[in-house]
Amino acid sequence: MSGAAQQEDPAPAIELRGISKAFGTVQANRGIDLTVPRGTIHGIIGENGAGKSTLMSILYGFYRPDAGQILIGGQPVTIPDSQSAIRAGIGMVFQHFKLVRNFTVLENVILGAEDGARLRPSLARARRELQRLAAEYELLVDPDTLIEDLSVGHQQRVEILKALYRQADILILDEPTGVLTPAEADHLFRILRGLRDEGKTIILITHKLREIMEITDNVSVMRRSRMVASRATAETSTAELAELMVGRKVLLRVDKAPARPGAPVLGVRGLRMTDATGVERLRGIDLEIRAGEILGIAGVAGNGQTQLLEILGGYPEPGARLSGELVLNGQALPLTGSDGRARRRAGIGHVPEDRQAEGLIMDFTAWENAAFGYHDAPEFRRGWFLDNAAMRADAAAKIEHFDVRPPDPELPAKSFSGGNQQKIVVAREVERNPDLLLIGQPTRGVDIGAIEFIHKRIVALRDAGKAVLLVSVELDEIMALSDRIAVMFDGRIMGERRPDQTTSGDLGSLMAGVDPASTDPQGAMPPAAAHPGHAPGAGA
Amino acid sequence: MERMPKWADLILTPLISLLLAFGLSALVILAIGESPAEALKVMVTGSLGSSYGWGYTLYYTTNFIFTGLAVAIAYHAGLFNIGGEGQAAMGGLGVTLVILALPWPHWTLALPAAMAGAALFGALWALIPAWLQARRGSHIVITTIMFNFIAAAILNYLLVNVMRPVGSMDPASASFPAATHLPRLSDLALAFGITWGKNTPANITFLIALAACFAVWLLIWRSRIGYEIRAFGRSEPAALYAGISPSRIIVATMLISGALAGLMAINNVMGGGERLILNAPEGAGFIGIAVALMGRNHPLGVILAALLFGFLYQGGGQLALWTSIPRELIVVIQALVILLTGALDNMVRMPLERAFAALSRNRG
Repeated sequence: MSGAAQQEDPAPAIELRGISKAFGTVQANRGIDLTVPRGTIHGIIGENGAGKSTLMSILYGFYRPDAGQILIGGQPVTIPDSQSAIRAGIGMVFQHFKLVRNFTVLENVILGAEDGARLRPSLARARRELQRLAAEYELLVDPDTLIEDLSVGHQQRVEILKALYRQADILILDEPTGVLTPAEADHLFRILRGLRDEGKTIILITHKLREIMEITDNVSVMRRSRMVASRATAETSTAELAELMVGRKVLLRVDKAPARPGAPVLGVRGLRMTDATGVERLRGIDLEIRAGEILGIAGVAGNGQTQLLEILGGYPEPGARLSGELVLNGQALPLTGSDGRARRRAGIGHVPEDRQAEGLIMDFTAWENAAFGYHDAPEFRRGWFLDNAAMRADAAAKIEHFDVRPPDPELPAKSFSGGNQQKIVVAREVERNPDLLLIGQPTRGVDIGAIEFIHKRIVALRDAGKAVLLVSVELDEIMALSDRIAVMFDGRIMGERRPDQTTSGDLGSLMAGVDPASTDPQGAMPPAAAHPGHAPGAGA
Repeated sequence: MERMPKWADLILTPLISLLLAFGLSALVILAIGESPAEALKVMVTGSLGSSYGWGYTLYYTTNFIFTGLAVAIAYHAGLFNIGGEGQAAMGGLGVTLVILALPWPHWTLALPAAMAGAALFGALWALIPAWLQARRGSHIVITTIMFNFIAAAILNYLLVNVMRPVGSMDPASASFPAATHLPRLSDLALAFGITWGKNTPANITFLIALAACFAVWLLIWRSRIGYEIRAFGRSEPAALYAGISPSRIIVATMLISGALAGLMAINNVMGGGERLILNAPEGAGFIGIAVALMGRNHPLGVILAALLFGFLYQGGGQLALWTSIPRELIVVIQALVILLTGALDNMVRMPLERAFAALSRNRG
């Protein structure tokens, strides 16, 4: 916490002490300490799922913390609901706006803050107040327009006005630029600076490093439910922040022999993808993976890794436009019109990034899940029927090989811990001996013991002469497992490194979109990427 | 969290809900100045007290098994088929066209053909909403509801203008030839020397309905398509990951669902009415929703729930016949059963879960 507070304000706007919150067995926040001085813009940055939104929801009274203390202006407070948060002077602008679309701006602003049963006086008072706020902070919106007729940027202004109308001194914005055009984002930042200069305190939740550098005074980094660092923005860099976000310390050591790469297994050439909303997610990806090697894809989440895995796995999101070429074992692989089944038949195994939504059916038993995606394989089918006995026996064998606990194939997937769920998925995909294994976030939410086990299996598959494409936001995992590392940023491969010839700082720069090897830093940052306003909604 | 034992989940919860529904119904009957005890007696004796009552109860039960299965299988794919009524009506058209098209020498020949006709027409009537959902994203709840009205209108037109025999004043098809009449359950009983259920419409379709329950069980829990249907119903992203095509599953499921609803016409048109009349399904398509809901979308549960609603339906008719309680009241009772076993399920379930949790804590 070295340079976090420039001037030691006796009563910071917000002080959190040891906040912890668990949902079931998932620890979302662990012992969070945070100090936000009055009249500053404070950035909170972290990966999806790092716990940022949970922390802010605690501050806004949506969740009660299991432990810890909240101080507002030096006074200890409890915030049981959002009404108390508003009374404590906290306003929140959500990522997904909470506006009534067929109400006017004015009606939305007073909604829930009416003075009495009669609307007219409230509306008149709100109109005067809006005029004042508009003049003061450049928050220009026509009070009589319907929300549905406003642009997204203007809708966001209405959200800010709502908070200010409720006399918020502390404004929390959750991923505010995710939906804005670059010009709108610039305008928002002007507004925020104006608010700060008037003495308001602003917390900005984001996973975009550039925004942090551009507008915040201080920044705190969350990683895996902990607050890992706080810095004065002027004293840090995007590379350092990227490194902090994904974890710097190499905790993991995987014993592996040097790779003996063989023939190319997968070739990706000029792969481009534009999603249904017209945003280009992949901007020309070229990759080659050889037999007997692990190619690690590093990068901050939301830079196209998910789209790459989905395309290779045969199920690009609906409405996406694709171009480029895929080659598997020298044979062209269809880019579209394929599906997961065809990809499996072609010899591609896939451990998806989100095992709970994609990799498993949580209500299905372990044995039903252990064949998921391979359920029409010859050994599991008996005409139109499934050979349940064969599936059960196969699952029991996999559970034994992978030491899944409890070793009960009849339990539903949701009854297993995250690590054991992942073992079921990895067992299913690895035991098929695929020529190419796609594996996304193999150890997210997985306990240490299972991490080691899964890593060993990935390396064993490589040593058996198979190709592995590993996508992970955990830099230490990438460093420990990969034979080659490609860094993705904004839908491109920013650069390729060998793990023994790079540092986490070097990779951090690449992940932030800066190539340290390049003489012209602007060259690595095309104008389109300067405002990465299209990163997917990152709720955290 | 401590889970309830399975028997409590499957039997105790619906039973308590049911008792609550009956309790509330008793209050309603009291409020209109009648005796709940008397009403219950009339309902039970009228539907279960004689083989005559049972004959009718089983006849209605058969209808509800088919429509209940139709809703249940769609539910496993995450689809809500509200169109059972229209699909059953179209099934009736299929049955009638098949039977009147050829001079069938014997019912054993007519039955498989009529079943094919019923299933085909029901399935095709479900196919259009399924296709609209799979290809155009039109919500299946809305389209199946609308298709109920379209089916009713088509049948209305056909029965009044096309299928009505010359000289008849009745908007109904010609009566089916005697050779195509299905054996009644009373005939079967008589073959064993038992006098049972004389003059009731219960017929061998009841046995077909039980066979259909077994077939649906096999389909959902033993077949590959059933596995894919359940996977898709639980998680569409996972289905996509596994290479299960959503549109294929939506269309296949709705074809099966529509066929099951259509098969109901074997009971009410071929077995019961022996001709096609206006509004032949009499709301059984909608009761199927409640049956599936209460039966937890399991074929065995569907049989039990269909039996309950068969009892309510027949008992309600008796109530109107023998007491001054209006027939509409039975709709109130049915509504209360649906409300408490379906919509307000958690009202009973959650306190029960807490009670079981407390019990196991005390023991432990």
